[in-house]
Amino acid sequence: MTTKDIFITDKNLKYRKLKSNMVLIFCVFASILTVLPLLYIFFYTTASGFTHLSLDFLIQMPKPVGETGGGMANAIVGTLILIGLASVIGIPVGILSGIYVAEYSGGIFSNIVKFVTDVLSGTPSIIIGIFAYTVIVLTTGSFSALSGGFALGIIMIPTVTRITEEMLKLVPQSIREASLALGISRWRTTLNIVLKTALPGITTGILLAIARIAGETAPLLFTSFGNQFFSLSLDEPIASLPIQIYNYAKSPYTDWHQQAWAGAMVLVLLVFIINLIVRFFTKNKFSSDV
Amino acid sequence: MMEEDFKDDLEEKSEDKFSITTENLSVYFNEKPAIKDINLKVRNKSVTAIIGPSGCGKSTYLRSLNMMHELTPSATVYGSIKINNIDIEEFGVINLRKKVGMVFQKPNPFPTLSIYENVTSGLIYTGNYKKSRLDDIVEKCLTASGLWKEVKDRLKVSAMTLSGGQQQRLCIARTIAVNPDIILMDEPTSALDPISTTNIEELVYNLKKEYTIIIVTHNMQQAARVSDHTAFFYLGRLVEYSKTRTIFTNPKEKLTEEYVTGKFG
Ligand SMILES: Nc1ncnc2c1ncn2[C@@H]1O[C@H](COP(=O)(O)OP(=O)(O)OP(=O)(O)O)[C@@H](O)[C@H]1O
Ligand SMILES: [Mg+2]
Repeated sequence: MTTKDIFITDKNLKYRKLKSNMVLIFCVFASILTVLPLLYIFFYTTASGFTHLSLDFLIQMPKPVGETGGGMANAIVGTLILIGLASVIGIPVGILSGIYVAEYSGGIFSNIVKFVTDVLSGTPSIIIGIFAYTVIVLTTGSFSALSGGFALGIIMIPTVTRITEEMLKLVPQSIREASLALGISRWRTTLNIVLKTALPGITTGILLAIARIAGETAPLLFTSFGNQFFSLSLDEPIASLPIQIYNYAKSPYTDWHQQAWAGAMVLVLLVFIINLIVRFFTKNKFSSDV
Repeated sequence: MMEEDFKDDLEEKSEDKFSITTENLSVYFNEKPAIKDINLKVRNKSVTAIIGPSGCGKSTYLRSLNMMHELTPSATVYGSIKINNIDIEEFGVINLRKKVGMVFQKPNPFPTLSIYENVTSGLIYTGNYKKSRLDDIVEKCLTASGLWKEVKDRLKVSAMTLSGGQQQRLCIARTIAVNPDIILMDEPTSALDPISTTNIEELVYNLKKEYTIIIVTHNMQQAARVSDHTAFFYLGRLVEYSKTRTIFTNPKEKLTEEYVTGKFG
């Protein structure tokens, strides 16, 4: 018997190579399927929106039908306010429950929290809009920025909770033990050592959550409603980019269609810029080590 | 003469001071015993080595001394542990851990903190420190752990830029920064290269002037080199506890002899 006999025969090898290539082709094909629509959306939005995007579009109010020009300043500011409100609600609640589930797991209550989080993340956003409508709009008697922010905040919670939990679980147990062994209390360990170590990952999760709610339209129909005018007050209806885009896009006027494209592009850019800003400020000194 | 050595060990001289006393200490995981009825008195300002085959309960013993088992819901601890003649329950877990520091098998500096911040972490996050004293403490502790010369120009860089051996010495500096009486070391050199190992061993030898040290090791030479007393654990029991010289040259138990001469383990 020669050593060659124990290796794979030529025929076998060919077959295996073929199989391996087939799998590779499928993977590449699937990746293209994933990337293509994304690129298409990005380029189409940019191409269509770019021509109408100007400084005026960013700082001017909408013009009445028939007049050209005008912008979406109210909607841009409105969306920023809504994102801010949602973050104020969604980020702390999400992070704290994520901490609870990850660091104090095992109890019945933490399992309940986990279950509810899963259910919540699968709940259609329109239902959460109706919930916010019932809880806030009906009780206060008016559509408001607050109710919109509330709805978006609730939509953020499960994403933030989940990512916090996952990221905390990635922090090695040895880091926790090191901290506790120094006489550092449990909550300080969680907050100053474990959370800090997991921060880059959690930040990414929060950005995903923000990106997702920035474009939410359905829940805003019942809550922040929309506003033709510029408004900063939280107890009044407020304009937002998704709603404005929706209204303009379904209108019969070509000019408004162009405006809608520009609005879509601004929305994409907005998410992108928030992304950059948050990353800049939460950049861990030594994040590359984690 | 050997007879005399042996006698020395059994008799506690009146001037002996004990930092740690465990009586009938047993630890169970899920009702299964990991260590049973360990009676051990560790002498003040000395190095005590714990040796024994894998799984015999060395880490379990060590971790009961600073209440680390608290983190494991399945663990139950029976018996009494006294630190400086005070039952550890009386300290409360936070104060106990300030008195009883721990160095782990794998170097585990805090990855998001700088070298400087790693050393001061135990002070800062327990809230008892004076800002003006921190620089001094950092220098003192890094000097004591033999790291000062190597890192004094880069105190603000990430602790993760250090080599494994340097990281372990940083962990030792971090431990002594909170000013403990006792330092527990669980195989502190098993993840390190020979040169780093020698560094740590010298360090242990120097530290015993100020600290009581228990060191778990799989390395017989290491135990012989650094320790004054050695405890041999087997299957969750304390088989023999004596002067290190006695354990390695004239052990009382056959089991001990077989283990230290490498017949099993
Ligand atoms: N968290 C735990 N849950 C269940 N059993 C455990 C746990 N920790 C340790 N044990 C068991 O307790 C016994 C003693 O383990 P321990 O870690 O103390 O051994 P050791 O002497 O330190 O071994 P090694 O030299 O390999 O580190 C082992 O049988 C181990 O399986
Ligand atoms: Mg061990």
